[in-house]
Amino acid sequence: MRGAFVRTLIELAEQDPRILLLTGDLGYAALEPFLEKFPDRFFNVGVAEQNMVGVATGLAEAGFIPFVYSIVNFASLRPYEFIRNGPILHRLPVRIVGMGGGFEYGTAGMTHHGLEDVGVMRIQPGITLIAPADYEQTKTAFSVTWNLPGPVYYRLGKDDKTTIPGLGGRFELGRAQFIREGADLLIITMGSVTSEAAASAEALAVRGITSTVMVIASLTPPPVDDLTEALARFRLALTVEAHYVVGGIGSLVSEIIAERGLGCRVVRCGVRTVPDGVSGSQGYLYGMHHLSSTMLVTTALQALYSEGR
Amino acid sequence: MVFDSALLTEQTVFRKSIVVRVACDGCPELAMNSRECLRSMEKLSLSNGIRRIILEQSKRANVGHIGSALSVADIIAALYGHVLRISDPDNPDRDRFVLSKGHAALALYAALFLKGWMTSECLNTYCADGSLLGVHPEHALRGVDFSTGSLGHGLSLGAGAALAARLQRSSRRVFVLVSDAECNEGSLWEAVMFAAHHHLSNLIAIVDLNGQQAFGYTEQVLNLSPLVDRWRAFGWDAHQVDGHDTSAITEAVADLDVSSGPPHVLIAHTVFGNGVSYMKSKIKWHYWPMSDEEYRQALDEIGAMA
Repeated sequence: MRGAFVRTLIELAEQDPRILLLTGDLGYAALEPFLEKFPDRFFNVGVAEQNMVGVATGLAEAGFIPFVYSIVNFASLRPYEFIRNGPILHRLPVRIVGMGGGFEYGTAGMTHHGLEDVGVMRIQPGITLIAPADYEQTKTAFSVTWNLPGPVYYRLGKDDKTTIPGLGGRFELGRAQFIREGADLLIITMGSVTSEAAASAEALAVRGITSTVMVIASLTPPPVDDLTEALARFRLALTVEAHYVVGGIGSLVSEIIAERGLGCRVVRCGVRTVPDGVSGSQGYLYGMHHLSSTMLVTTALQALYSEGR
Repeated sequence: MVFDSALLTEQTVFRKSIVVRVACDGCPELAMNSRECLRSMEKLSLSNGIRRIILEQSKRANVGHIGSALSVADIIAALYGHVLRISDPDNPDRDRFVLSKGHAALALYAALFLKGWMTSECLNTYCADGSLLGVHPEHALRGVDFSTGSLGHGLSLGAGAALAARLQRSSRRVFVLVSDAECNEGSLWEAVMFAAHHHLSNLIAIVDLNGQQAFGYTEQVLNLSPLVDRWRAFGWDAHQVDGHDTSAITEAVADLDVSSGPPHVLIAHTVFGNGVSYMKSKIKWHYWPMSDEEYRQALDEIGAMA
């Protein structure tokens, strides 16, 4: 997704001189193509993310469309109040690009795990929130949202190789994408961990359990109609996210079920404890937090069994 | 100082100033010393107009932050009277002004009113239910470039605005008024480093150095000294100025090279609650509203007794 972001941004910047790229000293071996093409429109502001967002706000007020780039936590949590009182309060088109949601920087440890960015951005009503699942969806999502009038937060993954079967690069604001249809279980997911969710559906199918799999890349605005329609058809929904279970899609789905009075039970698969004291790859940490496809299958089978299936 | 014609036209908006200028021209004593005349004229006009409005509106709304607003009344008067090139608050190529110490918004509202950009009906809604005029300024109000109130934010906004002006090859300038206690904020120094690194010579920060903050005096809370040296060490062109001398502020800005070189900071020596004897340098007046008796005395002391 990082490659998709950089390539799409270069294409857009060729067409629109308002686009600028700011980085908080991250993006080595990734952002250089933009720097080479547009040296006057690239600013490494140093390790100073609050100032980066503040500067971007001042640039946007004057008519620019600045993209600010860092690792998820340093793009969202560190400058959070600057985002709130800057582009959100002033309704300005600053684009915040957070790289590596969830455990993508696995061995880097807790400081680099992006586990609450969706939650903190989702509670702000004035910012569009996009978390694509693969390369092609990232490209489409950027081409649809780069020119929105207000601020946008993008939660991206580093992986440019994985393709989610059935997704086909689809993206629409306020809509979800269905990548699989089945009758026994509804699986709802977002971002990079979609590949695990899709693999778990495949493994369940081998056991004769069919699932509908929904990918939500447009977190804000949320796909309320798609969710309402799908949740009404199922007694059990599994939400799968590389994020704390509070604030992300588990919360979003629960809110919709409660507000619409739907009779669907939700099992939230996500991170429930502070993931400190242990180092490991993304795959290892997925397993530890029950987000690997194998663990998701186990969780799904247990939930179906407790439903009497 | 070289003004363009648009600015001269715009200055005539200060109707009170013009009235006083005529009066001064007819006054032989004052005519002998035109600079003194200018100063007294300003004191009678914009500075005191701002001070009077600060007192009137604070009393009417029964709210505080009076001392902070009085501290910057003369800086705001210099900016809106002489410095800022704003033919119209909606002109995209206007100078930008960021009141980073947003809690002094009443001084800004007073200036916007005296410039003719705000009606008295609007001004009289200060802190009322449904008003656009709160204790901290909102960008939705015509004439306010940025919403502020969270300290340590404004200089980054200003640095972005200054960079934007350069990228757009505009000669507009950006002024950011920060409080001295705001220099406690680490984010302010991020912006200080950024502006110096990028040689944002069109960025002018003014520090309202009144020596006190919400819960104490700055040297007791978190010592800023030597403040001028600190800004210089970070690569800024730093100057000290009497923050209650509008002519001195105006001249100091006029002397700055805003087309090349480092960004600029004016360390403005001010007195918290300036103009009202019992408020001077008193922590209480950061938050406290005035009693009827205190209000009458304050008006009397600034020469605005009705």
